Amino acid sequence: MTDTLQIRPEAAAAPKPAIPLPTAAARAVTAAGAVLTAASAFLSWTYSSQFPGDLTVTGYPGGLQWITFTGGLLTLLYLLVGYGAPGLRGLAPGGAEGTTVILAVGAAATTWFTLIAISVELGGLANLTTGGWVAGVASLLAVAGALGLPRDGQHPQGNRLGVLLYPGKRPELRPAEPMPAVLEVGVVLLTLAAALGVFAYGVDTSYAELFAGFLILTGFAAWALNRSGDFARLGEIMQRHRVLASVGAFVAAGLFPFTQTGGSAEANANLGVSILIFAATALGLNIVVGLAGLLDLGYVAFLGVGAYTAALVSGAAGTAFNVQFPFWAAALLGAVVSGIFGVLLGAPTLRVRGDYLAIVTLGFGEIFRIVVQNLDGTSGPNVTNGAIGISNVPDLNILGFDFGSAHSFGPFSIGRFANYFELMLLFTAIIVLVFSRSANSRIGRAWVAIREDETAATAMGINGFRFKLLAFALGATLAGLAGTVFVHVNYSIVPDTFQFAGPTPPNSAFLLAAVVIGGMGTVSGPLVGASLFFLLQAKLSFLHDYQLLLFGLTLILFMRFRPEGIIPNRRRQLEFHESQTEGGQEGPTPELRTAEA
Amino acid sequence: MTDTTTATVDNAPAPGTPLLQASNVVMRFGGLTAVNDVSLTVNTGEIIGLIGPNGAGKTTFFNCLTGLYVPTEGTVTYKGATLPPKPHKVTQAGMARTFQNIRLFHNMTVLENVLVGRHTRTKEGLLSAILRGPGYRREEAESRAKAMEYLDFVGLADKAGSLARNLPYGEQRKLEVARALASEPGLLLLDEPTAGMNPQETRATEELVFAVRDRGIAVLVIEHDMRFIFNLCDRVAVLVQGRKLVEGDAATVQGDERVVAAYLGTPYEADADSTTADDSTTPEENQ
Repeated sequence: MTDTLQIRPEAAAAPKPAIPLPTAAARAVTAAGAVLTAASAFLSWTYSSQFPGDLTVTGYPGGLQWITFTGGLLTLLYLLVGYGAPGLRGLAPGGAEGTTVILAVGAAATTWFTLIAISVELGGLANLTTGGWVAGVASLLAVAGALGLPRDGQHPQGNRLGVLLYPGKRPELRPAEPMPAVLEVGVVLLTLAAALGVFAYGVDTSYAELFAGFLILTGFAAWALNRSGDFARLGEIMQRHRVLASVGAFVAAGLFPFTQTGGSAEANANLGVSILIFAATALGLNIVVGLAGLLDLGYVAFLGVGAYTAALVSGAAGTAFNVQFPFWAAALLGAVVSGIFGVLLGAPTLRVRGDYLAIVTLGFGEIFRIVVQNLDGTSGPNVTNGAIGISNVPDLNILGFDFGSAHSFGPFSIGRFANYFELMLLFTAIIVLVFSRSANSRIGRAWVAIREDETAATAMGINGFRFKLLAFALGATLAGLAGTVFVHVNYSIVPDTFQFAGPTPPNSAFLLAAVVIGGMGTVSGPLVGASLFFLLQAKLSFLHDYQLLLFGLTLILFMRFRPEGIIPNRRRQLEFHESQTEGGQEGPTPELRTAEA
Repeated sequence: MTDTTTATVDNAPAPGTPLLQASNVVMRFGGLTAVNDVSLTVNTGEIIGLIGPNGAGKTTFFNCLTGLYVPTEGTVTYKGATLPPKPHKVTQAGMARTFQNIRLFHNMTVLENVLVGRHTRTKEGLLSAILRGPGYRREEAESRAKAMEYLDFVGLADKAGSLARNLPYGEQRKLEVARALASEPGLLLLDEPTAGMNPQETRATEELVFAVRDRGIAVLVIEHDMRFIFNLCDRVAVLVQGRKLVEGDAATVQGDERVVAAYLGTPYEADADSTTADDSTTPEENQ
């Protein structure tokens, strides 16, 4: 072991397994562990049905046992891939062994999370039945077996413990085997369906323990799929069928309300539409932060401008103007007014750079909230009804389609929030289109150039101020557009929603975190980041008091271990991990980069 | 790349029309006068060198020309029109520059860098970018074709897809030239284009500059490499302590003892002489 550590990483591509076992024995142990883990989900794990999900039933899995079951099956699947099972080889172009390790650890983590949760909530280990112990031991057995498999990753030089436990960096992908176009289309559709399924399941998790278990396994599975090279391969296929993939993604998202049946359907649809609003706003912020590189800490104010504008022309009782615009006009007005505010706030603030800009935008964000609070008839003219806000915002009615009531389509019936979900999905599609097209154009290049080096950008003929203002205004417009739906979904609007930081989204800090953690400058990054953030705070409500603390911890951990975000922009990934990815190429030598004379 | 020889004799200074005229440019930072009453004319088709010891004010003078600094006194005209003191308007007018310490957009690809250079020569706005009409697509395709042409010109066409930061040093310099050329300038300003290069790379840069001039673009170049400068330039101006000491062809400048003194220093007693020579300002040698 020590010998291999001395050798350069290329040469030490495959160090010895962490647990010295003959390969055949390791496979057998892993297989036995994985099968037992999956099978144990059919046993009862506890005596008391007080633990949510009722894990007392022998014969079929319930609640968290489904998660363990899935984890066991996934481990088994990738073990078979590594074994060279016919038809499965294509599943791990970057090596199956490391993937198996990650999945086995993931399965063990959810299983032990469940066992610990049972013991803690019901008071003691005595609450676990034999079935529970079987699950725990089997999942650890799978991990031990997987650690005995031959290693296929690239291992950095470093401490022994790290090499022991770390499944290795993904090696070079095997070249893709040519696939008939029909099959590729099938893969795209299957992926979208799987994504919809996972998302729908996550939203539908009805108690915090289940969501936490789901999150643990999803996290490990995502890591595993990244390690196995499946994500990279999928990305290539998606790229080849870009139109199908993006249209398909929106169709899949549109089907989400139809996957939600039963008692919590409306609540889940509400969660869905809130996620969309949050994600669409984050995407607008991504123009400002991700493309143009302007740190805006008061961005939620633009969501507020759009929302208040739409509320004021919605015909709600008690507003200053007793008018009711058709929704298309209200949405347009909200976007335009928000864009104008973007210009008004941007024109003075964009004269400062960097940290100063962050401070000034933070101030403007707060000013918006306080102004709205004071336009109540006592401190100022009554426009926004002050801290009480505007309530009873009427439901939309577009072309006779009443958003306030349930509608049935054939065997399906979707309720109020699902109606809004579909509307917001349309708006999100528009925002995604605007973002991706402007990012990939002369305008977007100018933004990125300004972010990279403003002096060089102006020397190339880019009017820095004008383009920064344009980014600010476009970002504000998109947030305003999202705000117009926001106010109708929530019936009412109060100024306190639009804070810099708070325990509930949307607030500027969460929006920024969704962009940064999701992946700056990408389309899907903020969407994923926003969904994750929203679900976390909605599902793990028992953590409410510690939410900001955990939020800060998450940010620190991300900045330490994955500064490029969940979905890295190709450029940023190179920027942050250059030493690991690029060997020989060197930039200018340091002494040549000293300041200009 | 065109294989142009380095013989200055062949490229006898074309009379040309004045392209850039800087007259009596003064740049003060508080009490420090970095550039003091410098006048310089660049005619079409010329390669002009600007040399001087470190801290002589060469780059400051460059920044005054390109609008990065607003000169305290004096005017800069390009093709007879006074240049606005805004860098992006200077580029729009037809002057492009490179930087002493390379300032590429490191996290953009090589092609994207050059496309940014095309910024002033394209005009599709946000709305057309979102709507992607036929006009937008035509312009974008044209832009890409032009950008590839410039990359081909400097010899980087095969690197179009790689990140600028991953290019070796010499190629980063070339990319900066390609990016500047993409703005279709009439005058290219190069700030120490061979800094940190080995003799072969310097030689390649020399040929690149000649090739640029053969495209009808005048060049103003700051450099410390004397061989490079004297091979390349039709005229050379020497800047010392913010003042223009002398201007003329290679022989004139090389023969001028004040230039030698500025670079190598003078014996103590000769110091007084050289300062008086300084005060009597510089002889303008406009061919």
